[in-house]
Amino acid sequence: MFLKENISLALAGLKSNKMRSFLTMLGIIIGIGSVIAIVTIGNGVTAKVTDALSNIGANVIQVYVTPRDAKNTTTDITVGGNNMSNSDMITDDQINAFHKRFSGEISCIGLQEGLGDGKVENGHRYSNITAVGVNPEYKDVSNVKMSKGRFLMNRDIDANRRVAVVSDKLVSNMFRKNTDPMGKEVSIEVNGWDETFTIVGVYKYEHNTFGGAAASQKDTRTSLYIPISVAKEQANFQNYSYFLLKTKSLSGSQVFSKKIDSYFSKIYAGNQNYTCQSYNMENMMSTVSSVMGTISKAIAAIAAIALLVGGIGVMNIMLVSVTERTREIGTRKALGARSSYIRAQFLVEAVIICLIGGAIGILVGILLAWIGVTMIKVKLVISAPVILFSVGFSMLIGIFFGYYPAKKASQLDPIDALRYE
Amino acid sequence: MAREIIKMTDIDKNYFIGTPNELHILKKISLTVHEGEFLSIIGPSGSGKSTLMDIIGVLDRPTAGTYMLDGMPTSQMTDNDMSDIRNKKIGFIFQTFNLIPRNDALKNVELPMLYAGVGAKERAERAQRLLELVGMKDRMHHQPNELSGGQKQRVAIARALANDPPVLLADEPTGALDSVTGHMVMDLFHKVHSESHKTIVLITHNPELAAETERIITLKDGKITDDRPTGGKAVSQQCS
Repeated sequence: MFLKENISLALAGLKSNKMRSFLTMLGIIIGIGSVIAIVTIGNGVTAKVTDALSNIGANVIQVYVTPRDAKNTTTDITVGGNNMSNSDMITDDQINAFHKRFSGEISCIGLQEGLGDGKVENGHRYSNITAVGVNPEYKDVSNVKMSKGRFLMNRDIDANRRVAVVSDKLVSNMFRKNTDPMGKEVSIEVNGWDETFTIVGVYKYEHNTFGGAAASQKDTRTSLYIPISVAKEQANFQNYSYFLLKTKSLSGSQVFSKKIDSYFSKIYAGNQNYTCQSYNMENMMSTVSSVMGTISKAIAAIAAIALLVGGIGVMNIMLVSVTERTREIGTRKALGARSSYIRAQFLVEAVIICLIGGAIGILVGILLAWIGVTMIKVKLVISAPVILFSVGFSMLIGIFFGYYPAKKASQLDPIDALRYE
Repeated sequence: MAREIIKMTDIDKNYFIGTPNELHILKKISLTVHEGEFLSIIGPSGSGKSTLMDIIGVLDRPTAGTYMLDGMPTSQMTDNDMSDIRNKKIGFIFQTFNLIPRNDALKNVELPMLYAGVGAKERAERAQRLLELVGMKDRMHHQPNELSGGQKQRVAIARALANDPPVLLADEPTGALDSVTGHMVMDLFHKVHSESHKTIVLITHNPELAAETERIITLKDGKITDDRPTGGKAVSQQCS
């Protein structure tokens, strides 16, 4: 009813009371702003995690030896936990038997034996590394992308050869430009162990999503792959607390994951402290989304409170406005305004306050989200549905909290209103 | 003979009905006003002037009695009907002007037309014509707080004329103005009266102003105690 007139009237009213209008909107701004900020940052994080997880591949399943008392989330996984002994881990024989049992499903199994963090040094040149002993299948399962040379082969393992596959980052740290690193020797220092390896291949380093962003480009720690047989000579354990496998089919990893769990639960039935747990992309994703869901719910509750308080603020100021303008309402009624026209006028005003507050809140939220994503280095993902929802929701707040004051205004007796002092 | 525009028969208005404090504000008021009359209602405060004005202006319903406005009975009206009647049949002019703040003179004059559903273009044209009539065209984009009292009242008169109502109802229209400005406003009423032959009901406690009208009705204790024509113009009808 007279929408255009009511909107311009409301805007004129807000303009003449700028400070009051702003304070009234503040609750809405904070509520909508925090929703937008958190959802936008959450979207950025989710997108990044999803991206990282899909790098692992949909048909890759990770199998961990995990303590029995740990909760069933990926965050609680402790690879090679403090008091895990060699006998708690999976043996080569067990893996072979497992591979044979599920030969129809398993494409290949990647094994790794981490030696820990160390350094490659050559005079003043150095590069931070994590030395990992792997089998040849590891390349396929872990999606290692070679840029030069070859990956480790079975004969490297069988002969315990001192050969290494390094990252392109290490190459640029260690060698002059245009130097061919192939066949070059590097001296590796890990936990007091010091040995010389020959470079046989270079892989393309991809920024690790989960790695800290603190280290400078130069200090970035990259994996250096050596034959698993060589790593075992140095490792405390001969068995595995962790392995990766790739399934033949792209789908059904969730189902296969369950089969793996029941297979290993029989093997570990006698172990009091440890069991085996498999993780695939799908259940990692569901873990991530359940964590994000919990965070979102908590934020939604806070935002709901902020919006409730904001809405009450709007209602309060609308009631003040109705009282202040009692005479105006009386005049309008005398001039022939029906009650419904007055109600519409005040309702539009409340909705306009909330919409403007919502719009400012969206801008504030995006600004906060932008600061947030810049700090944690993820992409800014602005979600149109969330913005539309925010606009709609602020409108609903306006209608909900504006209705009572508007109704009160419309029900004023014109005689009393006209003579109100 | 001119049409009966206001016909009140045995109007009572009581407050606090059914309580020991029941107040009888208007007692058996009967009044007939013909189209084109310019009359004044005078009386001391507490005499029921304002209540009578509320009933004439269809702001309030009488407790008893019948009131026909422009031939229409008002007793069975709903609130919306009363709003529509006020919008089309009555032009209100208040002592305190009651212009809508933050709306310029033009918007104020347009307001009754807006409520009547008149289109934007026609509203603006007509409002400009009316502001010209009251000599306020050059200030049509001024906000009420930028206008003097006399100017505000002229805008209010233009607003009262917006939907071309048969009755103008003015409640102490010069009460908040100095005597010079007050005279200018009265002159405007005379101009409107002589040019458009509207029925004008002036409520005042000022006998001098009342003397300028054609007929003076004196109210006391909720009763009409005197109803006589002034020298100005012949008034054919007495109260019944």
